[in-house]
Amino acid sequence: MAKNPRTMDRRRRTMDKDSTRIFHGRSSIVHRPSIWKATLAIVQKDLAAELRSRELISAMLVFSLLVILIFNFALELDIKVRQSVTAGVLWTTFAFAGTLGLNRSMAVEKDRGCMDGLLLAPVDRAAIYFGKSISNLAFMLIVEVIVLPIYSMLYNVNLFQGGLLGVILLGSIGYTAVGTLLSAMSVQTRTRDVLLPILLFPVAVPVLLASVKASGGLLAGAEFSEILIPLNLLIVYDVIFIAVAFMVFDYVVEE
Amino acid sequence: MKLKTPPIIEVRKLVKRFGSKTVLRGLDFEVSRGEFVALLGPNGAGKTTFLRILASLSRPSLGEVIIAGSHLPHQAAQVRSQMGVVSHLPLLYPDLTAEENLQFYARMYGIPDPLARITEVLELVGLENRRSDLVRTFSRGMQQRLAIGRAVIHDPQVMLFDEPYTGLDQDACEMLDGVLRSVAAQGRTVVMTSHDLARAEDLATRFDILSRGTIAASASRRELKKSNLLAFYKLALAD
Amino acid sequence: MQSKPITLTILDFVSVTVLMIAAYLALFFAPTEAVMGDVQRVFYFHVGTAWVGLLGFLIAAISGIAYLVTKDLKWDRFEVAAVEVSTMFFFITIVLGSIWARPAWNTWWTWDPRLTTAAITELIYIAYFMLRQGIEDPEKRARFGAVYTLLGGISAPITFMVIRLFRTIHPVVIGNQSAAAQGGFDMTADMRTAFFFALFAFTVLFIDLIWHRIRLGSLQEQVEQLKLNASA
Repeated sequence: MAKNPRTMDRRRRTMDKDSTRIFHGRSSIVHRPSIWKATLAIVQKDLAAELRSRELISAMLVFSLLVILIFNFALELDIKVRQSVTAGVLWTTFAFAGTLGLNRSMAVEKDRGCMDGLLLAPVDRAAIYFGKSISNLAFMLIVEVIVLPIYSMLYNVNLFQGGLLGVILLGSIGYTAVGTLLSAMSVQTRTRDVLLPILLFPVAVPVLLASVKASGGLLAGAEFSEILIPLNLLIVYDVIFIAVAFMVFDYVVEE
Repeated sequence: MKLKTPPIIEVRKLVKRFGSKTVLRGLDFEVSRGEFVALLGPNGAGKTTFLRILASLSRPSLGEVIIAGSHLPHQAAQVRSQMGVVSHLPLLYPDLTAEENLQFYARMYGIPDPLARITEVLELVGLENRRSDLVRTFSRGMQQRLAIGRAVIHDPQVMLFDEPYTGLDQDACEMLDGVLRSVAAQGRTVVMTSHDLARAEDLATRFDILSRGTIAASASRRELKKSNLLAFYKLALAD
Repeated sequence: MQSKPITLTILDFVSVTVLMIAAYLALFFAPTEAVMGDVQRVFYFHVGTAWVGLLGFLIAAISGIAYLVTKDLKWDRFEVAAVEVSTMFFFITIVLGSIWARPAWNTWWTWDPRLTTAAITELIYIAYFMLRQGIEDPEKRARFGAVYTLLGGISAPITFMVIRLFRTIHPVVIGNQSAAAQGGFDMTADMRTAFFFALFAFTVLFIDLIWHRIRLGSLQEQVEQLKLNASA
């Protein structure tokens, strides 16, 4: 057994952060990418893959249109009903389509061991979380940007209002911030195909309801000051959950 | 004790528990620079668990792991930048081309001149003519070669292979042999798990038998000359 | 095999006794409320169970954090105990609330912030158990469980605040003058006695149940350990 004082001494020295020595003779000195560069790399990778296959966005999109179609007949969206339920219909659609995308986006990483590939890279784990979150947010926003004009056309309402777009952005941020974290958990379970919405919806209730409240207010022509409370709650939710997810993501991906 | 350079992989009293199940029980393990160690053992002996700990994917419950002078799990980032891992899963994105996959990993490792390095790596694994093809269209063997390319993109000192031959046909295995050999020939340290004794015998310079959570026996290629690997393997597991 | 601690046995008797006293106080001692009549007596247990349900919810989130920091599985047992007991108490709260709501508000259920938040909390708990069920490795199960209770613990208060924007008819019983219109009432001294004693009784019962559940958890673990040793 080599338990002599020399090895102990060496160990202590290497544990000291200031004196990390590189005592290998190879010429290759690997640079570690910054958290921003790694985040950007992941986002660009996801977008490039999606641009090629279009699997995720087309699935989300078709699903969204089907949900709206069903709502149309289930709620008989005539002019009177429409005014009061448009916000609810939109957010339900986005939430359902969102889980579809979140699940798929994380399953892609899990299925071929790519998540291990990400974890093996010398990058901060936060970069993986932010990278995946931003990609998921991008997918969701793309779907929303396509669904909104279609809905506007179908029902002759103008959904392209600055305030409404802002609310949709804030709501989507909160939803994907929690959704990305939870999808990283759900793909690691036995029941991964069904678990994500069950985990996500009860925790995302505040973000969905605040978004509905704020969007509904804007669509009904409310003043900005009238939707300030749901808007503030939305911002509070976004900030808190991004911070918490960022802190606990490590525990979700590392064994 | 003879004088030698410090081992590049040093594992002391490693214990890994999953709840009340103990998979690794006080495992000691040392690898010198440039060795090619084949880690053999029956299924469930803890080979994959051990390799995942070395790869920094799993945390030790107890014990010390030092790789290239850095401790796990506290200095995981340093270890990761010195380590390349190939498993039976390719860790590649099917909707990206070979080049795009390597480019992505090059960025994740912060490689300064990625394009030159990617060309180099594709030549090493013999895929330069498939550079712009989608990984989706690759055969299993080609994917595994590209996976090796991905694992060496940052020119790591230490390489871990976890059952790299799983699911490959004969031709692909031979091709992979060649690639593994050239990877090892560049002075890298390799630890490979396998249950294919014949392949391990061809490649490795040392054979360690993992059984019931510890290294049951270890022999170098020189020591094995007289008897053969199979007899050694059976003897080690018999105790 | 550890035998049942004597303190726990005593606590069992104490919790049954105080619960019986609380029942007596609520059903016979406290005066009948003038407007609502006898159904108001449900209120004492309703608030008692809601209080410990909330307590369990907080304890679960805190033990979740403690587990993530220490990685000690004892906190996981604590967390599971708190969630299980709290699930049950919240369920009783909702049922008792419905019994009261039927005559008071003329409906079994209303989407009031408190009710809705309690219901969503129950859904979070159900999701929590489904999550745990899908994971084999106890350490990973504990980790994911801790993360999820933490998320639930943060989102529930925000849920409450958001739903309050929509509407409420739930009475704010204590310290609110305008509550009477919604079914609130002023408590007499005897009502207060019954009320605070119910809170006390349910807290004792809560501690007793948590203790039992933690003990059960560690016994389960021992059984698993013995099985492993026997098969090895």
